[in-house]
Amino acid sequence: MEKTIYRYLTRHSLRQQIWLTALAALSFPFLYAFYELPKRIINGAIQGNPEDFPVGLLGTEFDRTGYLFLLCTIFLILVLINQAFKYYINVYQGLTGERMLRRLRYQLFSRVLRFPQPTFKNVSQGEIIPMITSEVEPLGGFIGEAFALPVFQGGTLIVILTFLFYQNWIMAAAAVALYPIQLYLIPRLQMRVNALGKERVRLVRRLSDRIGETVQGAPEIHIHDTSRFVLADFSDRLGHIFHVRYRIYRQKFVIKFINNFIQQLGPFFFYSLGGYLVIVGSLEMGTLVAAIAAHKDLGAPWKELLAFYQRREDAKIKYEQVVSQFAPVGMPDESVQTEEPGSIDPLTGDLATANLTLTDEIGDNVVDRISLKLSMPSRVAVVGEPGSGATDLAQLLSRLLYPTRGGVSIGGLELAGLPEAITGRRLAYVGQQGYVFAGSLGSNLFYGLKHRPVREFEYDDDAMRQRRWHENEARAAGNTTLDIKADWMDMESAGAGTPEALRARGLRVLEMVDLDDEVYRLGLRGTIDPETRGDTAAAILRARATFRKRLIDDEGMADLVEVFDRSAYNANATVGENLLFGNVGGGAFDMNRLGEDPYVLEVLKKVGLTESILRIGYDTAATMVEIFADVPPDHELFQRYSFVSAEELGELQQWLTRIDREKLEDLSVGERAPIMSLPFKLVPARHRLGMIDDDIQAKLLDAREVFARDLPEEIGTSVEFLDPDAYASTASIQDNILFGKIVYGRPEAADRIGALITEVISELGLRNTIVEVGLGYDVGVSGSRLSSGQRQKLAIARSVLKRPDILFLAEATVALDTVSQGLIMGNLLEEFAGRGLIWVLHKADLAKGFDHVLVMRSGRIVEEGTFEELDRDGSRFRQLLDSAR
Amino acid sequence: MSLNEEVDLLRRIPLFSNIEPSKLKLLAFASERLTFREGTELCRQGDVGDSAYIIIEGSVGIVVSTPNGDARVAEARENDIVGEIAILCDVPRTATVVADRDVEVLKISKELFFRMVEEFPRMAVEIMRELATRLERTTGQLTRTLNS
Repeated sequence: MEKTIYRYLTRHSLRQQIWLTALAALSFPFLYAFYELPKRIINGAIQGNPEDFPVGLLGTEFDRTGYLFLLCTIFLILVLINQAFKYYINVYQGLTGERMLRRLRYQLFSRVLRFPQPTFKNVSQGEIIPMITSEVEPLGGFIGEAFALPVFQGGTLIVILTFLFYQNWIMAAAAVALYPIQLYLIPRLQMRVNALGKERVRLVRRLSDRIGETVQGAPEIHIHDTSRFVLADFSDRLGHIFHVRYRIYRQKFVIKFINNFIQQLGPFFFYSLGGYLVIVGSLEMGTLVAAIAAHKDLGAPWKELLAFYQRREDAKIKYEQVVSQFAPVGMPDESVQTEEPGSIDPLTGDLATANLTLTDEIGDNVVDRISLKLSMPSRVAVVGEPGSGATDLAQLLSRLLYPTRGGVSIGGLELAGLPEAITGRRLAYVGQQGYVFAGSLGSNLFYGLKHRPVREFEYDDDAMRQRRWHENEARAAGNTTLDIKADWMDMESAGAGTPEALRARGLRVLEMVDLDDEVYRLGLRGTIDPETRGDTAAAILRARATFRKRLIDDEGMADLVEVFDRSAYNANATVGENLLFGNVGGGAFDMNRLGEDPYVLEVLKKVGLTESILRIGYDTAATMVEIFADVPPDHELFQRYSFVSAEELGELQQWLTRIDREKLEDLSVGERAPIMSLPFKLVPARHRLGMIDDDIQAKLLDAREVFARDLPEEIGTSVEFLDPDAYASTASIQDNILFGKIVYGRPEAADRIGALITEVISELGLRNTIVEVGLGYDVGVSGSRLSSGQRQKLAIARSVLKRPDILFLAEATVALDTVSQGLIMGNLLEEFAGRGLIWVLHKADLAKGFDHVLVMRSGRIVEEGTFEELDRDGSRFRQLLDSAR
Repeated sequence: MSLNEEVDLLRRIPLFSNIEPSKLKLLAFASERLTFREGTELCRQGDVGDSAYIIIEGSVGIVVSTPNGDARVAEARENDIVGEIAILCDVPRTATVVADRDVEVLKISKELFFRMVEEFPRMAVEIMRELATRLERTTGQLTRTLNS
């Protein structure tokens, strides 16, 4: 990137800068006229000699008043013209600046994408993020005005000065007499501010780095009680920043003080000198007034120029500081990522290295002059102790790392010169901790297929116009014009011709990495939208029917589930669930505070339940207080069994002492609130408080009917009523199949029902459908809602799915349990028969199933051959085998 | 059966007879009320024990596996407590408990049980008495079995 901001902006925005400058120059004649006119108005029209009138202008005769109004009209027009210039210039400046800011951010980000891997060891997220987001922000503003502002304001200044000198040179000279002092002083003061500014940027960057570290290392801080240490460090850093900022303020305001003082000297000279000249009669009054007005206007551009000077210095520092951070040694050219070869052939043929060397930061050769020839396709195990360089070798071979010396070739093709379009599609690498992106599980699984848009998005006319606009803007800012909305899924890469085939392949790969069961379980707990996935919903409804039938047919199962029935009370569901008889979406009803909901209260009143609920609430509260009063609030019993929190219990206790059970009806709605919601949380079969008797249950069934019948339209859509023949979109798939509650008090119920659901699903051939639903599971930021094992399996699956010619795995299954490890290794050895598989193993005995074994030590290959050849007395491989046992 | 009835029932059990009703209510409320069908196992010998059972209705057989096959050593019925040994001394279940017919029980977790014992020394004494009685009985049975 260009070393200075001026070179950067002339390279990318020269035309706009010239146009802006030209506009500024063009506006000057009008500006001059604008200053000239008041003089004419006063001296000519108002105070002029009456004998000069009428005057002839533009072929018309004007009398004195007419002349005055004519001039004033012209004045008004000039005001408009000048403001129009200002408006247009400002907007155009903004546009230019924003485009340049966009370009700059894009370039910086695209550079991050090309950082050689080792760079990330030295540059932290905490530094990179603020540089791209906030630090460059002011640069956009500056770039827009870089040339135009000095020209425009400088020109304005010159126009006004010319005007002043033309009027009376002594006075004008007096007004600007002190400017040279400013010109001398300000840059010197500014230099000190600049130095401080640099210091400030550096300190703030470190600060954000430290904040990022604290967030990531939060558990360590708790474990070791170092919060005070961390706070002290933070305070110290803030202190340094404060000190620097405070000094900047002082310097800035010293500059401001000098500027303002010198500016105010102007009027002093006008009043004294100018006034004297008017008195002695060598200056007209009108001229003095115009001069004073002009001088006042002189202040604005002069101030602007000085402020611009400060901003310019600031922008120069920022630009240089940011850009220097984004130019690491060994960064490949942009074409490595953007080049799209006409055809991409498989990388077949021997994998060879010549003198391959990788040197780390302290100068050690972690991979040391390896010359190697592996005939492909074959499955190769690499073994060695930690630090033997095996992982580095795998990263070099897959071109994740660039070698310090030497090179890697496949079938005679040098990897170093290839674009990522080839290496990234024909090779794959998985390390110990594959990264999982935020989004769905499926989007991560298919992530490795999104190399380029394969099919355009179909826009309607309006949207197309918008898309064109966005495209043009992207082009104007040097951004990519590839459309994120297009279909990026390159099914060919996965060897699938249709979306169905791709899904099938995805499921097959999930099985290969032993992730299918887990995704299946996620799918069971997932939800689908029956509008868009009618087939799935229909299939689940079939499963519901089959499940119900099996429940009755199979011995001893029928009483393990209490099925939802609109005309029967469900003793294993809460009172609230019984009342609503549906699932709530959209937040219209808070299930924890049903007793305070006005509509629920209205329903209770209609069926005559208000008093009963009130009394049950009172009794429940009294029971809770009685039972839990002596239990410490943090006790597990409390958290597990009480349906009021410890704080609420305290409040209830006080409330109960104040209120008489016989006078509950006298309470206002607000006073009832603490107890009204309690009954709705009761599950009769579980809590056994004996309060929801047959009579109450019957009335609750009435309430259920009334609730559904009278539900106002505006909240009607937020409750999805339970219907044995309809799919409930807000409930999980499992709950949809179950369509009821597993009963309390039957210890075997959960296991047997779970098994029956699984059975029904596989009988109906729905397993894959549910795995697909599981693919929609949201994995959270960095996949945090998955276990580390699941993340790793997903990373492996992603690499297998795109069918690389050679798959490199560097201790990729270390974190998994041994059963999964064995399963995945067996599956991949089978999958990659006929292709290349190079696997860095953490235990030598795992090398058994491989065609060829490389043994590494201190960055060199010390032995190679088949497992049997190497497994002999005295070999390094035998040593590793022994230590693995 | 509601909570209050369970509390009445608990009070009739010697182990809990001297405990104030609100504590018994806590015990009942925090315990699961379970039904075991005839022939199913409440717990199995050798498993880790995390709870004891108070029999509300029905009867269970206590079965110990010996080299010569399973031997039924005792029976427990209403108001009896079974399975407390494993939660008292952290040993695996010493016997298998099988429901003779459909059985209703209160399942008391180890945690809750200890809390009750800690708070009510009287309960500890009752447990000692109960255990001693049982020891005496099983010793007697053993002697008879050996003699016969």
